[in-house]
Amino acid sequence: MITFTINGQTHKFSGDPTTPVLWYLRDELQLTGTKFGCGMAQCGACTVHIDGIAQRSCVLPVAAVSGKKITTIEGLSQDGDHPVQKAWIEHKVPQCGYCQCGQMMQAASLLAKNPTPSDDEIVSAMSGNICRCGTYPRIHKAIKSAANAMAGVQYFVPDSTGEKA
Amino acid sequence: MSRYFDLTRRSFLKSTAAAGALVLGTCFVGSAPRAMAGVLAKPSDTAKAANLFVSLRPNGIVEITCHRSEMGQQVRTAIAQIVADEMEASWDMVKVIQAKGDPKYGDQNTDGSRSIRFNMQRLREMGASVRYMMQHAAAARWEVKPNTCVAEQHKVSHESGKTLSYQELINDALAIVPPEADKLKLKSRKEWRYINTGMAHIDLNDIVTGKATFAADVIEPKALVASIERPPVVGGMIKSFDSAAAKAVQGVVDVIEIPAPKGAPQFQPKGGVAVIASNTWAAMQGRKKLNATWDDGPNGDYNSDDFKAQLLETVNQTQTHVREKGDAVAVLASTSDKLIADYYIPHLAQAPIEPPCATAMYYKDRVDIWAATQNPQADMETVGAMVGIEKEKINVHVTLLGGAFGRKSKPDFSAEAAYLSMKTGKPVRVQWTREDDIQHGFYHAVSAQHVEASLDEKGNIDAYLHRTAFSPIAAIFQQGAKAPFSFELDLGFTDNPINTPNMKLERGEAPAKARIGWMRSVSNIFHAFAVQSFINEAAHKAGIDAKDYLLQAIGPDRVIDVTSQNAEYGNYWGDKSVYPLDTGRLRHVIEKVANMATWGRELPKGRGLGIAAHRSFLTYVATVVEVEVSDSGELNIIKSWVAIDAGTVVNTDTVINQTQGGSIYGITTAISDGITFDKGRVQQTNFNNYQVPRMSDVPLDIEVAIIPSEEAPAGVGEPATPVYAPALCNAIFAACGKRIRQLPIGDQLKA
Repeated sequence: MITFTINGQTHKFSGDPTTPVLWYLRDELQLTGTKFGCGMAQCGACTVHIDGIAQRSCVLPVAAVSGKKITTIEGLSQDGDHPVQKAWIEHKVPQCGYCQCGQMMQAASLLAKNPTPSDDEIVSAMSGNICRCGTYPRIHKAIKSAANAMAGVQYFVPDSTGEKA
Repeated sequence: MSRYFDLTRRSFLKSTAAAGALVLGTCFVGSAPRAMAGVLAKPSDTAKAANLFVSLRPNGIVEITCHRSEMGQQVRTAIAQIVADEMEASWDMVKVIQAKGDPKYGDQNTDGSRSIRFNMQRLREMGASVRYMMQHAAAARWEVKPNTCVAEQHKVSHESGKTLSYQELINDALAIVPPEADKLKLKSRKEWRYINTGMAHIDLNDIVTGKATFAADVIEPKALVASIERPPVVGGMIKSFDSAAAKAVQGVVDVIEIPAPKGAPQFQPKGGVAVIASNTWAAMQGRKKLNATWDDGPNGDYNSDDFKAQLLETVNQTQTHVREKGDAVAVLASTSDKLIADYYIPHLAQAPIEPPCATAMYYKDRVDIWAATQNPQADMETVGAMVGIEKEKINVHVTLLGGAFGRKSKPDFSAEAAYLSMKTGKPVRVQWTREDDIQHGFYHAVSAQHVEASLDEKGNIDAYLHRTAFSPIAAIFQQGAKAPFSFELDLGFTDNPINTPNMKLERGEAPAKARIGWMRSVSNIFHAFAVQSFINEAAHKAGIDAKDYLLQAIGPDRVIDVTSQNAEYGNYWGDKSVYPLDTGRLRHVIEKVANMATWGRELPKGRGLGIAAHRSFLTYVATVVEVEVSDSGELNIIKSWVAIDAGTVVNTDTVINQTQGGSIYGITTAISDGITFDKGRVQQTNFNNYQVPRMSDVPLDIEVAIIPSEEAPAGVGEPATPVYAPALCNAIFAACGKRIRQLPIGDQLKA
């Protein structure tokens, strides 16, 4: 039995421990905001936070998250009002939208660790996330705008409580 | 989760017909130029006769049906903008319902950048009909003249100051018959409040909170999951597989063979073996145990290096006539100093970020499908043929599409799901992996082109000869076809805008040893690459500035009718009186973009500006790219500028977003190694070896100018793509003097 929390709730898992977290979230919990894009950590559509840090859930076996705190897009904020989500709306970033949950989880993790990233640091942190619609210029702008909004504000991220968020 | 679907619509029709909702449809009969609006007082009885709906519910909510597929181009928003604007609906009362596949809507094939131009007029008429009914219903209630009443933002006001809300008028409005479409008064442009604005798209909040429903997110019904091992070579047949080993994997419930396709590929599944499991992971694990072996068949010899040589040989010989003016062959034969260039672009995969996915439930007399499809009516046909049920009984619910770019116009994945549901008796979701998407697609055609020209003493193109050869899309519809459909040549080849007294265009033949399909902007990609690169080469030869020469090559403002030069031309289904090939509009975007980029400015060493312009999908686009190429051959795309003239536009922000995204999509052509074959098999597998642009590959500043226009609406989703690669390669030439004639760029800059 493997125990961990997802968006603040405790879950116990007794299936195949090699099952990637992605498929457990999607198939068992119907948390479908986390997307399947490549299955080999190449595109970032499946990005979630593990103890506050962005990771690719498509290659992360459930066995590896024992005792960890998982946050998905559904748990990033109560009402879709995380500064990153607000910035995504402000800049009308999405086109099809499929990759955007992964992009936002990656961006939120970046900003939690580095609240004032340079342009190059944003590019470096985000280049593992593919957007086939090509919304990169808007993603970049939205992250800068979220960083500005967060500056000086102690933002509460539920699953990184106690972290250096 | 079903709220995007027509299910809601059906229950709504039932539940509210008695409650006095106003439901309006337009009848679109045959080729009638105008829609006729009419009230459906009993919508559940007459719904079949109407094909587009706007409904006003008793609580004031306006439900607008979107019959085109949403794949990021914001068509759901655009359709709502058009109807709600003419209807004078309050935007916060608008909901969009996604239509299922049904010929009653007319064409639903969401490709060819045509949703707006095919539908804007009838959508406006429908909205205006509701506004008319509201205005006249209020006038009747108040016993005043209709022209003393104004319908605005969900209510009607009389000049005396009294008002009635739209919802208060529903029952009265049911008695009002709006005039026929051509007698309706539509709003003037300056009265528009939603159309031609950049309002945010209607699904934005759902997307940023993870609630948006894509194909794999349909959780009702709870389906079994299938992962399918397909023949690696088109036309290959299964020889053996280990069913028992797959079934031994925990969670696997069945292993089912899918029959090989018959005749031309069309949109049929490739065949293969499906592993069905209670969850996705188990299905994928079971599939790895199949150990399938194959008979490859006649396409097992497909090798991209050999095929490239064959295509280049083809275009270096006389081929079949496409268009001719003057006598280019004679002029070129008498010229010693010719400019000659061959161009080549490999296959590409659309690679939408959401891999193909569909869920199906088979019943004896019908099939329900939930799919990320661009063309639900094609699903009806393909699925119907696969399971032996008439297409009218295939209910196709269209989810949001996580990108599509042409791939999801081919519903092989829906047919797989329906077949497996029929065989198991259970709902089945077919989940394609990225490897499946890269290796079993409908690929952008591999192409080669040969261009030669002679220039006069002023640098004008005196004679121009261009041959194209590529594996045609025609071959997926006609087994063994080697000649392209005329529409494949229309895209950037037949409509060449170069001003020259002598022009000869020819097309060669090439077999298709893979499944060929359209990809965003289709054959415009390689045709624009050749034409716009060649003009740049000619500019260099003539010693004239690239932008000035581009304008010179296009020549004076005029309308070109290529059919007067012994050519067939479909003009993207557009009437040539409404959508002429107007070189003045092409000149305008070139001048505009040059101005935006401050063309001609001094640049540091290693930097260069490149320009290209192209008309596709009836829209005119010019792009300037600024690059830096280091001494060691590292390429950095610094910035891009794009001017786009798409006629009347509905959502300005969408046009900007699509133009930025379409430009970045064009970078794929330049940086990806493409899709290559050996022994009939695709050699790429996933994003590690099929490169697509990442944030680090693209300019973060892509400045877009929309040319203000009252011309008829044209395409937006595709036209920014074909012009990008030539603009980029022209910039590379300006920066370092290296001419890229073959894509991808690869290590050509390092040599």
